[in-house]
Amino acid sequence: MSEKARYQDDLVLRSLVRAHLIAGMAALAIGLLAGLAFSFQFIQRYWFPGVELLSPGRVRMVHTNILAYGFIANSFLAGLYWVIPRITGRPVLSRPLSWFIFWAWQAILLATGVGILGGQAQGVEWGETPIFIDPIVVVGLILAAVNFLAPVVKSGGKPIYVSLWYFTAGLVWTVLNYLMGNYVPQFFLPGASGAAVTGLFIHDLVGLFVTPLGWGLLYYFVPVILRKPIWSHAVSLIGFWGLAFFYPLNGVHHYLWSPIPMFAQYGAVVATVGVEIVVTTVFINFIATLRGSGAALVVNLPLRWIYTGIVFYLITCIQCSFQVLLTVQKIIHFSDWVVGHAHLVMFGVFGFWIFGITLELWPRLWERPWYSTRLNTWHYWLTALGTAVMVIDLTAAGLVQGFAWRDLAPWEASLRFSYPFWMTRSIAGMAILAGSVLFFYNLWRTATGPAVATAPAAAQAEVMA
Amino acid sequence: MNPLERFSAIVLIAGLAFFGLAAVVEAWLPWQTLRDLPMQSVEELAAEVTPDFLDLAQRYPEPFRRHFGEPTSAAFARALRRGRDVYIAEGCWHCHSQFVRPVSHEDRRFGAVSYPGEYQNELQLPQLFGTRRVGPDLIRSAGKHSNDWHLAHFWQPTTVVPSSVMPSFPWFFDPPAGEALPQPNDRGLAIITFVQWLGSWAEQPDAPLLLQTSAPAQETNP
Repeated sequence: MSEKARYQDDLVLRSLVRAHLIAGMAALAIGLLAGLAFSFQFIQRYWFPGVELLSPGRVRMVHTNILAYGFIANSFLAGLYWVIPRITGRPVLSRPLSWFIFWAWQAILLATGVGILGGQAQGVEWGETPIFIDPIVVVGLILAAVNFLAPVVKSGGKPIYVSLWYFTAGLVWTVLNYLMGNYVPQFFLPGASGAAVTGLFIHDLVGLFVTPLGWGLLYYFVPVILRKPIWSHAVSLIGFWGLAFFYPLNGVHHYLWSPIPMFAQYGAVVATVGVEIVVTTVFINFIATLRGSGAALVVNLPLRWIYTGIVFYLITCIQCSFQVLLTVQKIIHFSDWVVGHAHLVMFGVFGFWIFGITLELWPRLWERPWYSTRLNTWHYWLTALGTAVMVIDLTAAGLVQGFAWRDLAPWEASLRFSYPFWMTRSIAGMAILAGSVLFFYNLWRTATGPAVATAPAAAQAEVMA
Repeated sequence: MNPLERFSAIVLIAGLAFFGLAAVVEAWLPWQTLRDLPMQSVEELAAEVTPDFLDLAQRYPEPFRRHFGEPTSAAFARALRRGRDVYIAEGCWHCHSQFVRPVSHEDRRFGAVSYPGEYQNELQLPQLFGTRRVGPDLIRSAGKHSNDWHLAHFWQPTTVVPSSVMPSFPWFFDPPAGEALPQPNDRGLAIITFVQWLGSWAEQPDAPLLLQTSAPAQETNP
């Protein structure tokens, strides 16, 4: 390790990276179980029928919230603790503050889960965190923004690296978005005007929180793993500023053909097609970066996870620019097509990136080689195939449901048509859960396994193997 | 140096200005368009008690009196509020939407196409449009089924709709005493009141236009 690399390594609060990764994986376990349990309701085989505190409607909200705010947010925070000090050459603002944010965030998650199961959910999609917890979340988000942006500010008026553009904007957006989405429709704007704001919130949560933090991490990890720079800086600029301009304008597309004024709906459709074109440039940038190093996908599992996610991202974008059209919406809206899309984006893209980053960091954090590379390979294939099957299955189910509804078949017919798809979805979910169980076991055995004297180098070799 | 790579530009232009622009175009402007619609409180909505609410009071007199007293408009308002809260807490809105679109023959299946004015009230804070239909849309559900049907449906949906994938909600009922049929508790009465109220204000098309949305009785669950 060079002097500079060692210096950068000293700036990183490794204990916090570990803590957030562990918390993220714990949330993943709960979230996957909740999702699988909920899916069994659809095949009339629910695990806890008639139990109020484990009612499917409530478990569904735990599934989405714990995965968004527990799995994705925790894992991304771990990534930020690793990446920001390395890029800026400065530590985050404060170690005690970092630990405070960590515990506050886990307390928020626990309170959210308990609150939802106890019947205190807020009626805002992706924001079901009980209303009395929201102020704590806002404070937590502001503290996180201050903690992470302090080193960026301190590094002076120099141009900042691509990753930091995404982190900076993402942290600012998330505070604003959380405030807007949780308070405006709840207290100020009812009905159609409230729905316009909710649409913005739902979409900004994906587009202005998860997406920018995810891309920011990739702009660091991909060049580091491949040991070469990103293909084009100019294309990076187009990708970031295009996302910043178009993405916030997308929101109302979650309520097309609704009583929201049509000009807002048309605007959202146009902006959505715009954002898909712009983010495709980011895809091109990463594929072009890979050019000449494609063989690394075979031997380097972290990179394979990341690029599988990138390919899923392109599929999502193409799908999205079609499904947002008002004509297509007539059929697919309200159906499982949208559910498939959501799983492809949130899990197939961002979840996969998180697996790649975790795989890259874990041996270094514990300075131990992987307990088993075979288990990691199994995890990859079970998860990748499970996700692919689930998304294709739900997309097909959506088309069947949409046409059955339009053709005025009795409602129950649309349910009966859906049973085989819902059965397949549960099986795919079990494959994903099985893969993750293998991964959890591997993580645990690795962390508790025997240390190796020349750990970092050995760990690196193991990852590359 | 490219100004687009500066921290300040990213915070001010991307972080604040673009977010603000979107909030103006996609939230403030729609609100401006709709702001003159009169905002109704629950008390105003409940001024006229619906026949279904009176029917509940007659069918389940003992629990009704215990939880809501006489079927006055004040009791109706209380039941609507409670019903809306139950609707949110149980996540009903994740599998049932609350707007009829002007496409895909939805007006034939559910009833009149939705319009902004009917959502300008306190019970739509937060709005309950929904984004998924596992079960049918509910904004025109008033009077589609009887109170008894809803009661059986909440107790065990498959008893009235064999292929239903809706959960059962036994906690909407007091524990049945001996041989007696289960009686709805405050949550059960409130959620039925809320669902039977949805769309009670809208003009329904003539009966033949509306589609039979239940399957024939002889069809069974595969």
